[in-house]
Amino acid sequence: MELVVFSLLNGVLYGLLLFMLSSGLTLIFSMMGVLNFAHASLFMLGAYLAYQIGRYTGFWPGLVLAPLIVGLLGAAIERWGLRTVHRFGHVAELLFTFGLALLIEEVVQLIWGRAPVPYTVPSSLDFAAFTLFGTTYPAYKVFMVLISIGMFGLLGLVLTKTRIGLIIQAALTHPDMVAALGHNVPRVFMLVFGVGSALAGLAGVIGGFALVTSPTMARTLGPIVFVVIVVGGLGSLTGAFVASLLIGIVQTFAVAIDFSLIDLLARFGVTVTRADTFYDLWRIKLAQLAPVLPYFMLVLMLIMRPRGLMGTRET
Amino acid sequence: MSAMLEVADLHAYYGKSHILHGVTFAVGEGEIVSLLGRNGVGRSTTIKTIMGQVRPHGSVRFRGREIAGLEPHEIAHLGLGYVPEERAIFPGLTVRQNLILGEKRAGRSGRWTMEDMFELFPRLAERVDTPGGVLSGGEQQMLTICRTLMGDPDLIMVDEPTEGLSPQMVERVGGLLRRIAERGVAILLVEQKLTIALEISKRLYVMGHGRIVFEGTPAGLRANAGVRKEWLEV
Repeated sequence: MELVVFSLLNGVLYGLLLFMLSSGLTLIFSMMGVLNFAHASLFMLGAYLAYQIGRYTGFWPGLVLAPLIVGLLGAAIERWGLRTVHRFGHVAELLFTFGLALLIEEVVQLIWGRAPVPYTVPSSLDFAAFTLFGTTYPAYKVFMVLISIGMFGLLGLVLTKTRIGLIIQAALTHPDMVAALGHNVPRVFMLVFGVGSALAGLAGVIGGFALVTSPTMARTLGPIVFVVIVVGGLGSLTGAFVASLLIGIVQTFAVAIDFSLIDLLARFGVTVTRADTFYDLWRIKLAQLAPVLPYFMLVLMLIMRPRGLMGTRET
Repeated sequence: MSAMLEVADLHAYYGKSHILHGVTFAVGEGEIVSLLGRNGVGRSTTIKTIMGQVRPHGSVRFRGREIAGLEPHEIAHLGLGYVPEERAIFPGLTVRQNLILGEKRAGRSGRWTMEDMFELFPRLAERVDTPGGVLSGGEQQMLTICRTLMGDPDLIMVDEPTEGLSPQMVERVGGLLRRIAERGVAILLVEQKLTIALEISKRLYVMGHGRIVFEGTPAGLRANAGVRKEWLEV
């Protein structure tokens, strides 16, 4: 029971973090058709900036400043990079963002080195929020959940209640029509890219101390974010939300479950011994499979239902 | 009198294929002008090129100002409206939200208000909170025309508004276009069939192979069986 509750809590937390990354990515992808490989790099940059700013000012200013800087950087990337590259088609865009991801990783290594930086939980959040089944749950995790939910509430309000939100929704499916009605679609693109990047940056700020802030964090999390948007369905924020939680929970549970096919077979009275063929295969624990599970879901989803759980676009 | 919209020697390409081969025509203030022709002769490409969605080679002047090379949203702000063939209703947004996005700036009222739209087409008033995606084809056609009107254009280019509609609905679209023109909005109507074009147009152009092959009045086209047979009838 204790395991279930805590795995669920951690799974939801991981899922919310994934959604903060994937919401920006799916908005950018559905609107502009740009598969932004550098998205996770912006997430990493958010963590590093928060660490650096935090060294001078403490954690709280960094929470605001780091996403802001990353957001401005994202807007600049769209305005002076992607917009030019866009004329040469999607392959060029793909290569551009791919190059950008490598560039950011190298720059991060140049400035902060290859080893992880000591970006730790701020002392004001370093206490136990509550105790359940004799185990304490840290306050910073509760804080992460609150920040995420607050952010999504705000995003949802802007998207459904404001004029610019309606324009963004319309441009998700019909950018040409939105432009023909007189709305400056390139500027909307820049805005969305900026806000999406800022969200990635914010995810970095609050994810940085929960995970490890090192130059490989973009490479580790990046592919999983792509899995989320494919499984959730392109163009669907709700789909991305469901898929984020699903993958977050599945992966967290898998890690926590120390169980293999041998154990399963034993339940049915079948004993597998070292002498049997494929013994090594049977003996793999679910926990060992955890990192593979998202990609397994990706492949399965593409075969069974290519437009994802709630996708609205065919492509 | 110089025309409101003057297109001169307009060429356009999709990749390497040459679609428009020097199209020249004009639309005057408050006129209803039709651009007719069979599928694939370049009618839709012509208006997409005017709107800036396809890269223009040649001259497009609107109220004397060269607009070839401007961005679509800049062209829209000069007073050109575009109603695409595929209607492009924003499916997740309600009828009201679709109409609101037709306004170029929030709350800026031109010669049309939302009430005018509901008066022109009462069905929209009944369905004002319905998502655009679930409307019938005819309702979507009305909505897409009304949405463009909300931006207060001086000229609207309407691509095949009667496509796939019942004869009764076709008549209503024709009536709607007439009433729009009565308020001083010029209309460039793109059609494949002659149906409403002959009734409501002041002048007509017929396109073939990316060029204008006939220019005249509805009476002139009625009298010219040769042009109809060669360029229009299937």
